Amino acid sequence: MYVQLTRDPLVADTLVEAVRTDASGAVVLFYGVVRNHNEGRAVLYLEYDAYPELAEKQLRAVAEEIRAGYRIDDIAIAHRIGRVDIGEASLLVAVASAHRAEAFDACHAAVDRIKQTAPIWKKEFWAGGGVWLDGTPVSGVERAVEPSV
Amino acid sequence: MAVVHVRLFAALAEGAGTRALTLEVPSGARAGDVRRGLQERFPRLEALCDRSVLAVNAEYVDGDRLLQDGDEVALIPPVSGG
Repeated sequence: MYVQLTRDPLVADTLVEAVRTDASGAVVLFYGVVRNHNEGRAVLYLEYDAYPELAEKQLRAVAEEIRAGYRIDDIAIAHRIGRVDIGEASLLVAVASAHRAEAFDACHAAVDRIKQTAPIWKKEFWAGGGVWLDGTPVSGVERAVEPSV
Repeated sequence: MAVVHVRLFAALAEGAGTRALTLEVPSGARAGDVRRGLQERFPRLEALCDRSVLAVNAEYVDGDRLLQDGDEVALIPPVSGG
């Protein structure tokens, strides 16, 4: 299992190699990139903010949840933070399994869970301004129980 | 009294003009009290605070989680990663 939250450019091969085993017949890679438009407006670049300590923990929790729920060999997740330019990758998820169907399903589920639960935010910049995008309220996370006193 | 360290991110940090502040809370205070404290201090952020979830010491918690002196409390506004 490989989880990374970084300000540096993401490298897909690193994730693919991290998850592939000799028993794997498929590696599915989600390669999420920054596009040059959103809701009819030209976008210049994005800026990602995160709560790094919790974000890394949550990405790890998603990876563990997916590993427990699907018959896969391994999963790797990398999310970039800071400024990310058009065409650069912001989120990579790689899943290896013996057969493709499980890898496709697990990868899809992992991306959805990351978008619902990881404390990461994007701000969109265009000519003359920028705005934090309206996100998804965090749902379905495991909450820490009260420590006994 | 207890002192808690509050961390803010994204639109909340921008609206508050800071990413970190300390709050004094009465002993027996709960995580949800920090949300209310921030809403009093930053009335413009009231709606966004309502849509935020809470984390204590980098773990998601419910609003009724009891706070200890020195805890780090974060408000997590709706997320938009990916």
